[in-house]
Amino acid sequence: MSAAAATQATLTSQEYIKHHLTNLTVGEGFWSWNLDTLGWSVFLGLVFLSIFRSVAKSATTGVPGKLQCAVEMVIEFVDDSVKGTFHGKNAVIAPLALTIFVWVLLMNAMDWVPVDLLPWLISLVSGIEMSHIYMKPVPTTDPNLTFALAGGVFFLIIYYSIKVKGVGGFMKELYSQPFGHWSLYPINFILEIVTLLARPLALSLRLFGNLYAGELIFLLIATLGLYQLPVHFIWAAFHLLVIPLQAFIFMMLTIVYLSLAHEDH
Amino acid sequence: MNINATIIGQLIAFVVFVIFCMKFVWPPIMAAIEARQATIADGLAASDRAAKDLELAQEKATAQLKEAKVQAASIVDAAKKHEAKIIEEAAGKAQAEKEKILASGHAEIETERNRAKEELRQQVAILAVAGAEKILERSIDAAVHSDILDKLIAEL
Repeated sequence: MSAAAATQATLTSQEYIKHHLTNLTVGEGFWSWNLDTLGWSVFLGLVFLSIFRSVAKSATTGVPGKLQCAVEMVIEFVDDSVKGTFHGKNAVIAPLALTIFVWVLLMNAMDWVPVDLLPWLISLVSGIEMSHIYMKPVPTTDPNLTFALAGGVFFLIIYYSIKVKGVGGFMKELYSQPFGHWSLYPINFILEIVTLLARPLALSLRLFGNLYAGELIFLLIATLGLYQLPVHFIWAAFHLLVIPLQAFIFMMLTIVYLSLAHEDH
Repeated sequence: MNINATIIGQLIAFVVFVIFCMKFVWPPIMAAIEARQATIADGLAASDRAAKDLELAQEKATAQLKEAKVQAASIVDAAKKHEAKIIEEAAGKAQAEKEKILASGHAEIETERNRAKEELRQQVAILAVAGAEKILERSIDAAVHSDILDKLIAEL
């Protein structure tokens, strides 16, 4: 709070918000890298994988420990979600859904880290003034990350569509529906392409939009001075819903899209 | 909203994480869960079976107990009958013995009485002869008067 006040002394609130929504970037033009997004997402991914891997290594079929119980609960939840939607045989979808759910959940949870805490700690350690420190710790507020996730899912949609239906079958699906008459095939094709492309776009923009907006409100609240305490609490409590819900929606839609890709019309 | 090379890095990270999860996380944990589910299902089935076995055993035990009770009752019955028979037989035997003893006692008494009578008769005869001798003051020749004596004895 004092940190926020100190920042406010040197920046207007508009500048303050803009400052906090700027990534820590190296490089020029397209070939620049958002180090905070990359660093935090990889770190959180490694946290997820190391916890789950340690359980997988020591998994017992007898009476499980508390950590194993927790991990198994998550896995069974994901497995139930997959089995409820996707009825084929596929070794990729369930682990993919698990990775998406837990990883996105952890990245979204970074929303709870007070917006000035990390810059303040960095400035404490390095001695650099806070107005020169750029740190956006919620990776899902970076469209680069959400587009990358949705792009991966999109690639799998195309891959499984072609694998299950063949190139011809997939192409036929694109122009032969929803209208059956040959003269309407071009219109069908346009509609289907839009549908196909809308899926990853909606997937990534939904996650990005929700988390970006949430972060923006956190920043606005942080400019309130002392009044931010109760307001911040309410907004953070509201994120108890938003954070798991967005992770769940991303996972669920991935499963739905991939099961659609497996269906032969 | 500035798309830059970060997207490539994120895509690589995503693919690596998913592949790692697919190879080293999901299968062992799922295998453990499924193995445990199988164990639990087996255990439940076994306990069901054991409960059924117990019920059967209890039924069997009840039936055996009933049978044993019936058997015991019949044994007791037979024993009672046997006892009554033994008592009856013993009573019969005792009765017969008693009668036999009584009969032999009667017979003995009879003989004894007859013998005493005879003796008495003879002594009466001697006394009579001695009386007669006193009365007649002479001896009576027993041989000569035996016919009288015999008559006398017969009359006693």
